Amino acid sequence: MRVLVIVKASEESEAGGIPDAKELAEMGKFNEKLVEAGVMLMGEGLHPSSKGARVRFDGKQRTVIDGPFAETKELVAGFWLWQVRSMEEAIEWIKRAPLFDGGAEIELRPVFEMDDFGDAATPEIRVHEASLREKIAGA
Amino acid sequence: MTTADIHRTIETVWKIEAPRLIAGLARMLRDVGQAEDLAQEALVVALERWPTDGVPDNPGAWLMTTAKRRAIDLIRHHRMRDDKQAALEYELESDAMTHAPDHADALDDDIGDDLLRLIFTACHPVLTRDMQVALTLRMLGGLTTPEIARAFLVPEPTVAQRIVRAKRTLAEKQVPFEVPRGEELAPRLAAVLEVVYLIFNEGYTATAGNDWARPALCEEAMRLGRVLAGLAPREPEVHGLIALMEIQASRLRARTAADGTPILLLDQDRARWDRLLIRRGLASLERAEQLGGANGNYALQAAIAACHVRALHAKDTDWSRIASLYVRLAGVAPSPVVELNRAVAVSMAEGPEAGLQLVDALQKERALAGYHLLPSVRGDLLFKLGRRDEARAEFERAASLTGNTRESELLHQRADACARVEK
Repeated sequence: MRVLVIVKASEESEAGGIPDAKELAEMGKFNEKLVEAGVMLMGEGLHPSSKGARVRFDGKQRTVIDGPFAETKELVAGFWLWQVRSMEEAIEWIKRAPLFDGGAEIELRPVFEMDDFGDAATPEIRVHEASLREKIAGA
Repeated sequence: MTTADIHRTIETVWKIEAPRLIAGLARMLRDVGQAEDLAQEALVVALERWPTDGVPDNPGAWLMTTAKRRAIDLIRHHRMRDDKQAALEYELESDAMTHAPDHADALDDDIGDDLLRLIFTACHPVLTRDMQVALTLRMLGGLTTPEIARAFLVPEPTVAQRIVRAKRTLAEKQVPFEVPRGEELAPRLAAVLEVVYLIFNEGYTATAGNDWARPALCEEAMRLGRVLAGLAPREPEVHGLIALMEIQASRLRARTAADGTPILLLDQDRARWDRLLIRRGLASLERAEQLGGANGNYALQAAIAACHVRALHAKDTDWSRIASLYVRLAGVAPSPVVELNRAVAVSMAEGPEAGLQLVDALQKERALAGYHLLPSVRGDLLFKLGRRDEARAEFERAASLTGNTRESELLHQRADACARVEK
């Protein structure tokens, strides 16, 4: 399953503060572990909301609202997309994240996935999967 | 936390920590089987203690320390070789530093090599393929025996026996805990990749039963592939395999209709293909090619799969390129099955008649006797040529040869369709 890990904004992130070299190194190490464990699919940090915009829909009308936005704690400062085997696993991983000791709340949300797929690929695709099987069986 | 919660936490921690734990212990003990046993014993201790003592701050280090203590006891008990004991005692002394913040990081520095040794050992050629798969899922995936049994639709005792035999065989043959070097490396790496791809395929197209795919196995295989790429980033075929798995998996969501009916690749809603996996897969393919692996077995198969995902509409598929990639694939891994694939690609590029000629040339291949996709492909080409009677017979034959229920239904439907058109 995939889990979106949402890092909420803080006063610092909204002020445009960037982590220092030491913090970057710590986060780099954590990300490295995620990569090594095959968990990390992507991860990005976001600019403060002052650089963002919102588009409000109302009937046919579209209103563009430029940042910054006030409700700091509801804003998103960054995200990861992880592949894990359970929500519990995602929770275990996030507990190990550095840099949040000063106080933070991180939200984890499972991504919609179909549990059981059924399928036929074209013969062409299935055939070459089967070729591997055949080789494995023959090895 | 309730006891049930704590048990779930322990299981989760176990899945995360098991590979590193077993790998670290195996380096000390030079015995993978024993390492796995000790790691399991540490898990049992955690299951006893954590519900009352609480989950430790650094659960991985806790499990490692506990396992090492057990190892010392075991060694004293069996009076094993002195050097092993000395090494262990040294490691245990270092463990006095367990709570120092740098300790875990220091441990990390060589754990990567240990993990790589563990993967190569689990996929060692002295083991049968079944044993390699079971041991890999157990040690590198942290899967339990019941989980492996469920995934492969085999009875639990069968899996348990495979694991026991695998561990015994490794000990008896005194398989060294190491990463193969020199000339040995290529075939050994190929064996590892085959195991990973076998796990993926078991999830992607179940060989038997009602479920066509068990996506958890696909995910596990992709995870193992990524782990491998982190450990051996210079090996082009590792990236080639990841590319192949990610590109194939990108289509998982589009493979069935809401009622569970399979949808053929060319009929799939391409908007439902997973763009993230496609992007990652194409990047991995590029990486494999940059590392000089464009003609690798997996890289070529990934390149073929990439032709499909690059086409926004089925009609845009570059079938000539696919056909030429199959020629190159046949050069690396010659097989009548690859030829059959090429025949399909040629039929798409040049028309069913050209494809049928190639398929007919394969009719006498003994390796393809009893292989349902040969009559299935032939039936499809005959159908396109308007030779419905012959097509129907081929679809019926294909249906009788496949062990997959859904696939059989689909083939019967195609056979029936031939009859309907004739009326």
